[in-house]
Amino acid sequence: MTLNDLKPGQEGKVISIREKGTLRRRIMDMGVTPGVSVKVIKVAPLGDPMEINVRGYELSLRKDEAKQIQVEMK
Amino acid sequence: MSHIIALAGNPNCGKTTLFNELTGSKQHVGNWPGVTVDKKEGIYRNNKNITILDLPGTYSLSPYSAEEIIARDYIVKEKPDAVINIVDGTSIERNLYLTLQIAETRIPMVVAVNMMDEVESRGDRIDCSKLSQELGVPVIPIVARSGKGIHELMEAAITVAKDHKVGKKLPVYDDQIITAMEDISEYLKDKQMEDREWKALKLIEGDEIITESLTNEKNAVEEIIKKLQESEGEDLEAKIADLRYHYIGKLVKKAVKKAKLGHVETKSDKLDKILTNRFLALPIFAIVMYILFACTFSENFLFIDGLPSLGVWLAGLVEDGWAALSAALENFLVSAGASDWIQSLVISGIMDGIGAVAGFLPLVLVLFLLLSFLEDSGYMARIAFVMDRIFRRFGLSGRSFIPLLMGFGCSVPALMASRTLENDKDRKITMMITPFMSCGAKLPIYAMFAATLFVNQNKTWIVFSIYMLGLVVAVISALILNKFLFKDESSNFIMELPQYRIPTLKSVMIHAWEKIKGFAIKAGTIIFASTVLIWFLSNFNFTGMVDMEESFLAYIGNAIKFIFAPLGFADWRASVGVVTGWIAKENIVATFGQLFAGIDDETMIEAISAGEQALPQITSVFNGVTAYAYMAFNLLCMPCFAAVGAIRREMGSMKWTLRAVAFQMITAYIVALLINVIGNLIF
Repeated sequence: MTLNDLKPGQEGKVISIREKGTLRRRIMDMGVTPGVSVKVIKVAPLGDPMEINVRGYELSLRKDEAKQIQVEMK
Repeated sequence: MSHIIALAGNPNCGKTTLFNELTGSKQHVGNWPGVTVDKKEGIYRNNKNITILDLPGTYSLSPYSAEEIIARDYIVKEKPDAVINIVDGTSIERNLYLTLQIAETRIPMVVAVNMMDEVESRGDRIDCSKLSQELGVPVIPIVARSGKGIHELMEAAITVAKDHKVGKKLPVYDDQIITAMEDISEYLKDKQMEDREWKALKLIEGDEIITESLTNEKNAVEEIIKKLQESEGEDLEAKIADLRYHYIGKLVKKAVKKAKLGHVETKSDKLDKILTNRFLALPIFAIVMYILFACTFSENFLFIDGLPSLGVWLAGLVEDGWAALSAALENFLVSAGASDWIQSLVISGIMDGIGAVAGFLPLVLVLFLLLSFLEDSGYMARIAFVMDRIFRRFGLSGRSFIPLLMGFGCSVPALMASRTLENDKDRKITMMITPFMSCGAKLPIYAMFAATLFVNQNKTWIVFSIYMLGLVVAVISALILNKFLFKDESSNFIMELPQYRIPTLKSVMIHAWEKIKGFAIKAGTIIFASTVLIWFLSNFNFTGMVDMEESFLAYIGNAIKFIFAPLGFADWRASVGVVTGWIAKENIVATFGQLFAGIDDETMIEAISAGEQALPQITSVFNGVTAYAYMAFNLLCMPCFAAVGAIRREMGSMKWTLRAVAFQMITAYIVALLINVIGNLIF
């Protein structure tokens, strides 16, 4: 399953990040790396983007981008 | 001996607050060339031999965005004497990622752990001396907003700069990677070993820019990397990020004690429950925006009749002051016996022209102040978060909303506000389309045409439709620009939602003041030059001073009117209008008043406000369709020189300014043409 499958309140552990290139590096630079815990906080009022908590801070990313992050639910 | 100290850190870590504390008003905001990024330099208040450079906020030193490239190029190529890495104590893990990358450049570094007050109020503890022990560099706790710890920080930084004290090599990477780094370094040409090793690591990471810079070493380097992939796995980029965070994890375990484990709901989280709430977010945002505009533009503030808002009040002061200065100058010139043309040049040309700009500077200042306050508080990020869904369809992001919204008031602060967008491409596109929003100065033009040419019930719809036209053209332009001009650059929305903080008033004011000052100076030259030029062209011909009807400008208007023939308004007065509109769009009304009927602008404005047919004479040149085309043309073509000046200042290069202007002119022409052609077919 991918990050955008998680619902608000659910936690997961990152397994891998698919998309190659600058987006991927950006995601990892922001602390979303294989093995890290993430928690979905909410989804924006218009349905996209989503807000997650990772490494102690809040990160917002689009659902398209979240789809590239494979997770397993905790 | 003088030293340069660079400040580096994540966005929202309090770097700017620290910079302001260190430099006070002794700072200068320029532009990094060719990109839409502020370059901030200042002198340390307590020691004028120390120059402080505030690098753009970045999350890493990988070449993801213009900011990161600027920060890393500066550190690696310019080699400041020391880098102060500001770390936000409340999200220390992510912040330390940049710390490690700066440490890898082997430039002398000092770490400042900021927001220590917030860390403590959460009940967490950060052991700075333990961190210092592990990292091998001084680590100083600070609270930038109150100035706490700053003195110790600067002492450490200056010592490190003077002694050129480089930290130790950190045990982040495994032996295979270290060996590969050393092997690759053998092939690289840089003189200093630190540079070679840093580049080697970047090559292993797959850094595009460094990889492209290789020439004949490329093959050998690729061989080494391939071998490394055999033992480490193909994804070296992920491996290295992983190793860095693994090291950070160990570091944090040793030096950071959290009061509660896991995700703790902060005050910000609680606030967000309301501010980004599904139902409340948009109404709250609408109210906030309304308050913003009211504080700037309202003439009946707080619904009290005649009470000016701060913006209007300040603008009034400046206008009155300027008018007094103008009158005094005029008296002086008359009594000194100055010739007519000098009087006209100084009063009508220079004073009036610059006065128009000076008049709205206070509005720009107030608006920008309020926006900075919103930005620094963290609320803007939430607005972007909420609005993103709409804007991403046009190749923009939620952050474009505020600048475009402000464009309905005035393009100048709107263009300044576009600095907050996430990447260079978004900023450039947003800046190019911001003038398509009908700013306040364009409204009198619509009112004039509407009053004269459009029947009663159509009036409101006509004006409303012009506003919509601007929006539609903006959207289509964004799509086109994304597709053709910037096709290689990606735009995504990975964005931090920072903690809500109350910005320090001082910080916000310094920032706003610097911004306005920068604009006044940079744009001032364009405004001044163009005002004088147009004054000259509209008041002279070869025989000397004349009325506008016989001036150079009229001749030019006649000469170029053929250009406007396909648009339906091939009349010299229309062309002259367009040109005077470039000083200030509302000038078109005054120009028409003079050229069509010899009446002055005050009479015109009174008539328009009264809803009367202000200028029936224009029907000799315009009909409904061509009037609409003319309004559209003036809406979309190059904005007033003040706005062009703002574009120049924010784009950071003449090349991009010219591109923006060219784009706007072409768009204006095509749209006006379509309106004329299609309109004539229908009506």
